[in-house]
Amino acid sequence: MPLKDFTVPRTARRLLRAEPNLRMFSRLWQINWFFVLLICCLAGVGYIALYSAGGGRAEAFAQPQLIRFCFGLLMMLGVALASPRVLRMLSVPIYGLSILLLTLVLKMGHVGKGAERWINLGGFQFQPSEFAKIALVLMLSTWFYRIGRERMGNPLRLIIPAGLTLLPVVLVLKEPNLGTATIVGVIGASLFFAAGMRWWQIIILVSPLPFLGPFIYNHLHDYQKARIDTFLHPERDPLGAGYNILQSRIALGAGGRWGQGYLHGTQGQLSFLPEKQTDFIFTMIGEEWGYVGGVVVIGLLFLIMLSSMLIALRCRNRFGRLVGLGIAMDFFLYCVVNLSMVMGVIPVGGVPLPLISYGGSAMLTMMFGFGLLLSSWVHRDDPD
Amino acid sequence: MFTRRALLILAAQAGVMGTLAHHLYEMQVVHGDELKEQARRNRTSRRQIAPARGEIYDRCGVLLAGNRPNWRALVMVEETTDLQAVVDRFATIVPLDERDRLRIERDRKHVRRYVPLTLKEFLTWDDVARLGLNAPTLPGVLIDVGTTREYPFKELLAHIIGYVAPPNEKDVQRDGIMALPGMKVGRAGIEQTQEIHLRGQPGTVEMEVNAYGRVMGELERVEGQPGARLELTLDTTLQSRIRDRIGERVASAVVMDCRNGEVMGLVSTPSFDPTLFDGGISRTQWNSLITDQRTPLVDKAVSGLYPPGSTFKPAVALAALRAHAITPSERFSCPGYYDMGGVRFHCWSRYGHGAINLHQALKYSCDVYFYQVARRCGMEAIHDAAATLGLDGPLPIELPHRRAGSVPTPEMRRKHGHHWNGGDTVNAGIGQGLVQTTPLALATYASRLATGRLVQPHLLRSVSDQAIMTDPEPLPFAKEFLAAARSGMFAVVNEPQGTAPAARLNLPGVQMAGKTGSAQVRNVPRALRESGHFNSMNLPWQYRPHALFICFAPYDNPRYAVSVVVEHGNAGATEAAPLAAQIMTDALVRDPANRTSLSRGVVARADGLDD
Repeated sequence: MPLKDFTVPRTARRLLRAEPNLRMFSRLWQINWFFVLLICCLAGVGYIALYSAGGGRAEAFAQPQLIRFCFGLLMMLGVALASPRVLRMLSVPIYGLSILLLTLVLKMGHVGKGAERWINLGGFQFQPSEFAKIALVLMLSTWFYRIGRERMGNPLRLIIPAGLTLLPVVLVLKEPNLGTATIVGVIGASLFFAAGMRWWQIIILVSPLPFLGPFIYNHLHDYQKARIDTFLHPERDPLGAGYNILQSRIALGAGGRWGQGYLHGTQGQLSFLPEKQTDFIFTMIGEEWGYVGGVVVIGLLFLIMLSSMLIALRCRNRFGRLVGLGIAMDFFLYCVVNLSMVMGVIPVGGVPLPLISYGGSAMLTMMFGFGLLLSSWVHRDDPD
Repeated sequence: MFTRRALLILAAQAGVMGTLAHHLYEMQVVHGDELKEQARRNRTSRRQIAPARGEIYDRCGVLLAGNRPNWRALVMVEETTDLQAVVDRFATIVPLDERDRLRIERDRKHVRRYVPLTLKEFLTWDDVARLGLNAPTLPGVLIDVGTTREYPFKELLAHIIGYVAPPNEKDVQRDGIMALPGMKVGRAGIEQTQEIHLRGQPGTVEMEVNAYGRVMGELERVEGQPGARLELTLDTTLQSRIRDRIGERVASAVVMDCRNGEVMGLVSTPSFDPTLFDGGISRTQWNSLITDQRTPLVDKAVSGLYPPGSTFKPAVALAALRAHAITPSERFSCPGYYDMGGVRFHCWSRYGHGAINLHQALKYSCDVYFYQVARRCGMEAIHDAAATLGLDGPLPIELPHRRAGSVPTPEMRRKHGHHWNGGDTVNAGIGQGLVQTTPLALATYASRLATGRLVQPHLLRSVSDQAIMTDPEPLPFAKEFLAAARSGMFAVVNEPQGTAPAARLNLPGVQMAGKTGSAQVRNVPRALRESGHFNSMNLPWQYRPHALFICFAPYDNPRYAVSVVVEHGNAGATEAAPLAAQIMTDALVRDPANRTSLSRGVVARADGLDD
């Protein structure tokens, strides 16, 4: 498609006379309800875990999260019904909005744990970096859809999408949120890869990375360096910076094979576990339900990720494929970073476990992403 | 191509997820046990709990010191929104005085939020009931029970039982257990000397705590070993009789079982209320206690040092007899004075007693006789005899602050750089001058004279029902010498012209032997004495002589020994002897072995406290 589609008056006109390929009801019928069921299962796990994290009270975390999920579910279904053409048209304003919000958060954000990550949006707090990931997926998918696979070989064609990727990465880094910046970067890279970037281009880009490590470390903030140090040697400061990692390990280990029983996880219920309702919710599950429970949750996460990838693979058009893969990647990275973090595999960073951790913006943006994924599924048979 | 690359990504994703699942297995299943142990240590906290302090009983099983529940009102600061409002409302239900308010103000600054704050201690049942009724208006207030040391007999036994107080810095350093909340340390009397027995072993309680150290529940409790039950040799009924007999006098009296040394009564007046110390004593109360010239805090029976006066004479007699310096029948003449080295020593009788033997000398309490006897046998012999009789050196009574009587020899005095005059020996012959002793030593002395055995005074009868047995060995005095001293003491009470006819017992078939004593607290100026108008009753109270009396009964088969010292009581014969006789009567009547043999009227009269 040519770029002229992006002119504003015509966009508005097209939106008004949007001519759906399918009728509304049959589109609803086309939604992948198995996938929706999986998501509901995951939210259910979240409800159960948050009930326990609230000390056996639903009002603390579980109830508000359930309300948010219902809202998110409606939004997801709404987005799922949107046609890819509309989504492509909206990709630029959405991307622009996300960049605007990221800039705003640097200017007037709320400081949480030494980083500016939140902005206040009419009463509720919002984390623009979450939204930026989805916006980037949509933006890159649209871009690569437009330039087609063949022109991927031309490095000049990749300069603009590379800039579109680096812009949010840099902004998130400045917050500073190393974890999310890395996730944004990896999502972008995976889309480049899946869109058909040539191997020689990849090798040229990747080869200098190992030499950049020390350079990046030197430009880290002190708290980020401390995080890496304590991660490497948590026992040096067991009550200080290494506390989270040690307590999380202890709590998971205390769960053992079968767990300590629901609502009976001693470390979690006795507040030894930090941030048990947000980043460390998986530790709580692992302590109360044991290895068995932990594997069930990991299995469910994997199933959702696998379904997302299968949706992407099943799509016949390039846009749907890339959106599907981008969302699957986003979800996967959330899970892996969070799980590695609570197991002490990588340094601690503020990355929640999608749909289980307590928190609004992560859940809503994830649901928005799943909406995009479902829209790709609904229009899986559209031609390129 | 997309499919290939997507599958590549999917494979990588599956690999990562698998690795994480494997890592989880390593942590939870392989290393689960060691981490579980860490978790257990994380959440449990072992604490020691203060053991219950041992109780103290008298010989009849009457409780002398116990632990009373102390109902107190606490407030959980974190459960109140406005502490001041709660305290004010509390004060309308249970009044708080200025001291309480200051303490609350101080505590609230130091105590951590989850540690309850004490509002008021020692609540009555009324207070507890009213607080319970008003509970809804007092958020965060709770009633809790601790223990406080209870002394049912307060003043009566304060000197013997002593009291407890919260441990100070030094106690904690000496024994870490003392840091436990609720621990008390004995600060006087039996509470202090038997601390080891009374303290007990602390128990442990394992508690579940959260990350902030707040106690969430109790997991396991091992009760400590409460302190040992102590039984004293005291007879509380007798003790209170003695107290009543003494009345307002500043005096001390000791009743001892002269066969085994069990102290059955030990009174020192005035006394104090020991419960003042556990609850915290105010400055004014403390000042009034320590400035009182009647020294209520001092147990005069064990730490009051007095010249024994004439009560010392039997000891001098025994010393001389054992040294073969005199014989019982040898006569010395008393013209009413004795001159030595240009100094004239007077007899208490200006007219003299004529030529008298030992029996008479004791009966009349002739001073001149004993001046000469003392001079003849020498101070070393007197010291040795006095030490054997318990008048010199420490006694093994289980009380702190006990003081040892002293009968110094010239040798000992010179060692400390003092000079010894011949007159000192002469004065020692009548128990004046450098000779000093305690009422307890006097009772021990009387017991040893009575039984001829080396009885040791003690207060402890059993520890945790393990009886303390004593089997005193005989004294190194020939039987006939002891008999001579005893017969002299018998004469003091029972023969005509004895010095203490007022001490004769009003019990059929029971006779008492005793010895009076009056101890000068300052020299009588010669001019005053020679003017013939001297009467010590005209002196100010603190300059009058002390009145002393020692005795034992029954004479033919001694059972009890009594010593009485009335401070500034003037004369042993008139002030101390009748008191001692009353006390001895009480002791004999209290004795279950005697109650059947004595006529009912006698017992009733004694029990009714009228004579």
